[in-house]
Amino acid sequence: MEQILLKGLDGDRTWRLADYEKRGGYAALRKIFDEKMTPEQVIDEVKKSALRGRGGAGFPTGLKWSFMPKNYTGAKYLVCNTDEGEPGTFKDRDIMRYNPHMLIEGMIIAAYAMGIPVGYNYIHGEIWEVYERAEEAIDEARAAGYLGNNILGSGFSFQLHNHHGYGAYICGEETALLESIEGKKGQPRFKPPFPASFGLYGKPTTINNTETFASVPWIILNGGEKYQALGKPNNGGTKIFSVSGHVNRPGNYEVSLGTPFAKLLEMAGGMRGGRKLKACIPGGSSMPVLTGEVMMELDMDYDSIAKAGSYLGSGAVIIMDETVCMVKALQRLAYFYYEESCGQCTPCREGTGWMHRMIDRIESGKGRNEDLDLLLNLSDNIQGRTICALGDAAAMPVRSFVKTFRDEFQYHIDHMKCMVPASS
Amino acid sequence: MTLSAESLVKIDREIAKYPADQKQSAVMSALRIAQMEKGWLAPETIAFVAKYLEMESIAVYEVASFYNMYDLKPVGKYKITLCTNLPCALSGANDIGGYLKGKLGIGFNETTPDGKYTLKEGECFGACGEAPLFILNNVKMCGSLTPAEVDKILAELE
Repeated sequence: MEQILLKGLDGDRTWRLADYEKRGGYAALRKIFDEKMTPEQVIDEVKKSALRGRGGAGFPTGLKWSFMPKNYTGAKYLVCNTDEGEPGTFKDRDIMRYNPHMLIEGMIIAAYAMGIPVGYNYIHGEIWEVYERAEEAIDEARAAGYLGNNILGSGFSFQLHNHHGYGAYICGEETALLESIEGKKGQPRFKPPFPASFGLYGKPTTINNTETFASVPWIILNGGEKYQALGKPNNGGTKIFSVSGHVNRPGNYEVSLGTPFAKLLEMAGGMRGGRKLKACIPGGSSMPVLTGEVMMELDMDYDSIAKAGSYLGSGAVIIMDETVCMVKALQRLAYFYYEESCGQCTPCREGTGWMHRMIDRIESGKGRNEDLDLLLNLSDNIQGRTICALGDAAAMPVRSFVKTFRDEFQYHIDHMKCMVPASS
Repeated sequence: MTLSAESLVKIDREIAKYPADQKQSAVMSALRIAQMEKGWLAPETIAFVAKYLEMESIAVYEVASFYNMYDLKPVGKYKITLCTNLPCALSGANDIGGYLKGKLGIGFNETTPDGKYTLKEGECFGACGEAPLFILNNVKMCGSLTPAEVDKILAELE
């Protein structure tokens, strides 16, 4: 199976510039300058690739790039979102610690395509060692003439800096992330205006996920059509899936979009202890949960997972076996959204706490009969009624857990205990 | 109250990353650097950072109180932040939490009487493949934890 992002890596030993160049690194950037590709040609190639945003929303990357005002002469910014905190997701950390130059090259190409002189890479607060490595990687690229003024004698200049977060899930939301770079609380902005017209410091800004940028050099080198063909129509290329939970070998697996889930599960070593797959969240904790039966028939691409009633999201595949109590699992997730709500919008600030307290009492055997319908009603009244998607992210797990495993929740209320023996 | 020359050099390096009129962008790094030197962010440390970056103290305090890796109260010499979110819980994080509580004799958000350890519960670190895991003093990620591994890590701390 073709790999792009994790190909030829040997853990901590092969992240430096010289190793990346040995793997063919920075050849795409050289190709652009040698063949005098225009910014429009670069964007066209990305459009042809059907690359979609790898951070969670799946928005077509080439289209996003074309939103940047072309003839704007003032400052413009490029921002990479490495604020990876969606429970279950750990792919960008591996790209950054094992292949940081691929991200840097992708950002330089994006900056060239949109005529952007300055970029920032916002790195999740909890991964300090990765931030330090990213600082070193940028120094290496600058010293080699890949970053800075007049890159490789092309006349194009691009400055790139790392910005270190310090513990706030909400900063993965792109406008909260911009506020955070500006030195404020990470509270999302009302949209419109969108970042392409009013972004960092009020200037036109494009924000992409780490994995998205890192996919760009291969696309330029091999062509958008070839990248698209690695996946499925409208779901181009490869994708890293972070597999966690009850499998024998949790980890990152880069596969073609459209790969059957059963194959991915097999790559991750199968179910721990040979137990039965009960449920899976296929795209990070904010996405609806699916039953094991549905998962085993599913292909891992944006459109197939959406058709099954969930989303590919960030590609975080959380595996739960038959020993899991779904009430307890949801209890932990509900606490997370309550803890991480930024407090700006009433439905989210109050609603996440309310849901958390209700699920707590169901779990501890004090649930009331009306609680389940109230939970569903509450999630409907949060979703779509907040400035950012955290409200949706808090509502979707609650609704899907209660709807898909309602008998288990009802059992907790009726019997004041769990129906799963020895649940973990 | 001031910070060491070494810390100020680090803060200046951060300030240089942003446009000249956007010094405030360095506030997160400045607070992190200050906390690493002082152990926690006392009101006078926050006031110093504010003055250094030409910000209002309250604006700096807003940032310090919003992001959860800043400590606005003293913590132990070693702060252990354990992730207990769902993917980690599926891989035994609650057992490791119980083991740590028993071994240190404290609960979450508590510090040992000798001031050596603080135990905290964290949210997703984005490293779930190595669950269960904790972060030591905000900088060192320790993964694939077992009770034996925890013993080993703690034994190496003076």
